[in-house]
Amino acid sequence: MKIVIIGNGMVSYKFCEKILSKLPARSAEIVVFGEEPRPAYDRVHLSEFFAGKTADDLLMAPADWYASNHITLHLGDPVQQIDRTNKTVHSYKGITEAYDYLVIATGSSAFVPPIPGVDKKGVFIYRTIEDLELMQDYAPKAKRGVVIGGGLLGLEAAKALLDLGISDTHVIEFAPRLMPRQIDESGSRILEQQLKQLGLQIHTNKNTSEVLGDDTMTGLRFADESILEADMLVISAGIKPRDELAKLSGLETGHRGGIVVNEHLQTTDPEIYAIGECALYHGMIYGLVAPGYEMAEVVATHIAGEAQQKTFTGFDMSTKLKLIGVDVASFGDPFVSAESSRSIVFEDTMKGVYKRISITNDGKYLLGGILIGDADAYNMLLQTAKNKVVLPPNPEDVLLGSRGGSQEAGPGVLGLPDDAIICSCESVSKGAICTAVEAGNETLDAIKKCTKAGTCCGGCTPMVKDLITGTMKAQGKYIRNVICEHFAYSRQELYDLIRIKDVRSFDEALDHYGHGDGCEVCKPVVASIMASLWNDMILDKGNDVVQDSNDRFLANIQKGGTYSVVPRIPGGEITPARLLVIAQVALKYNLYTKITGGQRIDLFGAHLSDLPDIWEELIAAGFESGHAYGKALRTVKSCVGSTWCRFGLHDSVSFAIQIEERYRGLRAPHKIKSAVSGCIRECAEAQSKDFGIIATEKGWNLYVGGNGGSKPQHAILLAADLDSETCIRYIDRFLMFYIKTADPLTRTATWLNKLDGGITYLRNVVINDSLGIAEELDREMQALVDKYKCEWKEVVESPELRKRFNHFVNAPGAKDPTVKFDNMREQKKAAEWK
Amino acid sequence: MSTAISTNTQTTVEWFYACNVIDVPPNGGVCVKYDDVQIALFRFARRDAWYATQNMCPHRQQMALSRGMTGTHDGEPKVACPFHKKTFSLEDGRCLSDETECSLTTYPVKVENDKVYIGIMQEA
Repeated sequence: MKIVIIGNGMVSYKFCEKILSKLPARSAEIVVFGEEPRPAYDRVHLSEFFAGKTADDLLMAPADWYASNHITLHLGDPVQQIDRTNKTVHSYKGITEAYDYLVIATGSSAFVPPIPGVDKKGVFIYRTIEDLELMQDYAPKAKRGVVIGGGLLGLEAAKALLDLGISDTHVIEFAPRLMPRQIDESGSRILEQQLKQLGLQIHTNKNTSEVLGDDTMTGLRFADESILEADMLVISAGIKPRDELAKLSGLETGHRGGIVVNEHLQTTDPEIYAIGECALYHGMIYGLVAPGYEMAEVVATHIAGEAQQKTFTGFDMSTKLKLIGVDVASFGDPFVSAESSRSIVFEDTMKGVYKRISITNDGKYLLGGILIGDADAYNMLLQTAKNKVVLPPNPEDVLLGSRGGSQEAGPGVLGLPDDAIICSCESVSKGAICTAVEAGNETLDAIKKCTKAGTCCGGCTPMVKDLITGTMKAQGKYIRNVICEHFAYSRQELYDLIRIKDVRSFDEALDHYGHGDGCEVCKPVVASIMASLWNDMILDKGNDVVQDSNDRFLANIQKGGTYSVVPRIPGGEITPARLLVIAQVALKYNLYTKITGGQRIDLFGAHLSDLPDIWEELIAAGFESGHAYGKALRTVKSCVGSTWCRFGLHDSVSFAIQIEERYRGLRAPHKIKSAVSGCIRECAEAQSKDFGIIATEKGWNLYVGGNGGSKPQHAILLAADLDSETCIRYIDRFLMFYIKTADPLTRTATWLNKLDGGITYLRNVVINDSLGIAEELDREMQALVDKYKCEWKEVVESPELRKRFNHFVNAPGAKDPTVKFDNMREQKKAAEWK
Repeated sequence: MSTAISTNTQTTVEWFYACNVIDVPPNGGVCVKYDDVQIALFRFARRDAWYATQNMCPHRQQMALSRGMTGTHDGEPKVACPFHKKTFSLEDGRCLSDETECSLTTYPVKVENDKVYIGIMQEA
């Protein structure tokens, strides 16, 4: 059998993958023609090209994938003629291939409206990597960019312009609002407001009549005679199916474009199929990737002659996207009429959140909805609508979560029927996932491998995880967060075992409680537990090789393989003399210097073999390790406090230094940050830290469980108006309790969120000693504090340890010759990686 | 310090002396310089096994694998790159965490009299 595929986009690639898996190895000859110069790439994430991804990163599979699967791939060579009588195709470069089955997957091109002047310099379309490269070359000359089209693709293009550094970017939409086909008017309004806040200028109700300028565009004129000056234009007003080859070959096409297909995706010639954005089924073009993949599946089963024949009967066009950082989702039928349904609307113009769901008049079923600004509930709502799951008695709970009481909102993912599609990209059903779990695939990775669920956009992974735990619980299995295949214990269990048995090395831990050789998951966990328990030198007893790479070399690895060095600067206070030392070291070893967010100085670009020499000089001047490389206390930030500030109530700098010196080097399940503010103005931002202290008229307020990062969370008040001694005692207990009970790599915020009883429980343990362990916690923390030593000082003083900082074992002192730097603003930077 | 033995008519393995056993931390790795080539050498002390691969991680072309963490997955020896934790089999060099990633070149290793040798294939 010989199959020829015209086009090499995402759907074409998916078809190859599917047909390979359905046919016996090498039973079919497969030939693919692609018009573009490179193999199929991920067009959905095209905008990431400007956010730093390379063309290679975006490939669906590397070029050698085709060869190793015995697929002949002709790139840069579009098919120009189909000879249906002799069943052959002829390409631009003169190749003729015969076929038994022909699959047309030519996709679509950008629709360019017939506006006078669109051929001027500075006008672009947004479709292929080549288009992006042209935009990239032109953008540095442009000050103001305009996008015509306020739909999904237009907003993507606007993001691309922002990413290219054109902060003055405008979006022109002909309709009265943005994304008119996906969301309703109120949703558009909230989206517009959010996008304006991000710096986009939005013009709706604008009909472009002319692109101004001579050779090069200088602006746009609109039907209302107004003019917008601009030097770059991207047209993104819709797509046009690539059906010209089909038309030429006498296949039926729609009068507004698209190759007509039946439910098997056969064109009017039954041996020729059309899939993806070029196919027209029941008068509709499906411009999303998921239905394209479904079409690929249908054709693959049809050609492979599988007993279970599938048909294409339309596709749910629900989508969830992040547009320039704003969640936008619509599902089911988002525009149900008022007579046949009721709607529940939640709108928060402060936070820019809009949610609307439509339910049946009897309040039983969900019909569809729109989510703007927060689409976390998308998957669950989509499945609830699709599977006609009966809604809870108060249907607003599915939108707002249940308020009060401990009942979950709605029946959750486990309440869905077995044929509910969990992963819509790969169309994997709930039943398939549960069956796989029952067969022993009890981790997310195992499920990804055997069902492919969650391997495309990843949006369904939270639901997949819930299904794994739910199915295992239903089987009566005790769910424990075991560390990995080598240790069948949770971190807390392992912590207790290591403490009771006085385990001091990873090998001992493996001998007593594990099996095999360990891995990159369990090694750092055990190393961290031992460091938290014993505070021994972390590179001793063969434990150096089980530390995470940064801990192993006591520095942070950076792009290019060099390291950064962060000396401790307690409370952010530093003398001019010590600043001079840092400057001298940086000059001597040619290091890039930058002030960190934690009030310290980071020295970048140090060769591995220079680290001991650099530290020797820093230590001689009185510096010590800042533990920036460890899951350990990082910094205690401070405002200047009462010594200088006219508002300061107490000396926040002195207290910050005292605290930083107390907990320096303390290893924990994750990094720990702290801050001390001298008054309620909170200049040190203490409420965004794992523990933060704010001066009051009567003493200190202690806050715990805050963090910045990707999910910022404010710390919660643990105790108020404390004297310094009590404050430190409570911090001792809080930290020690966290270290003993948290899961690996869990910050205090997440730990506190999961802690049964939350802050009240914690307050009882720390302040009221409800568990009777306060004295033990105090003692353990004091032991760690007393045992502190600067680990860099120990390395500098040990010739044996210093040896481990050579790049080449057989050429000590020689530097890695592949390390390259570029220049920027009178300093160096790491050469860009590929 | 190199010997050549013939394995078949086309290729021979040239064994070059990399370092001594005690130079390599147990259950860790080091980087070996062979002319302009960087080779990562790994010592699995618990099973007394040695492996060698290219030092460059194919993901971002960083000379880093010798500083990576060793371990096993279902008994198969592997190394995790310190940059983005991609893991590679030390037996055949294939990427275990991402099927689309390129494989590593691997080299044979032998130990004689506490000296470690790495084998380089030579086209005859």
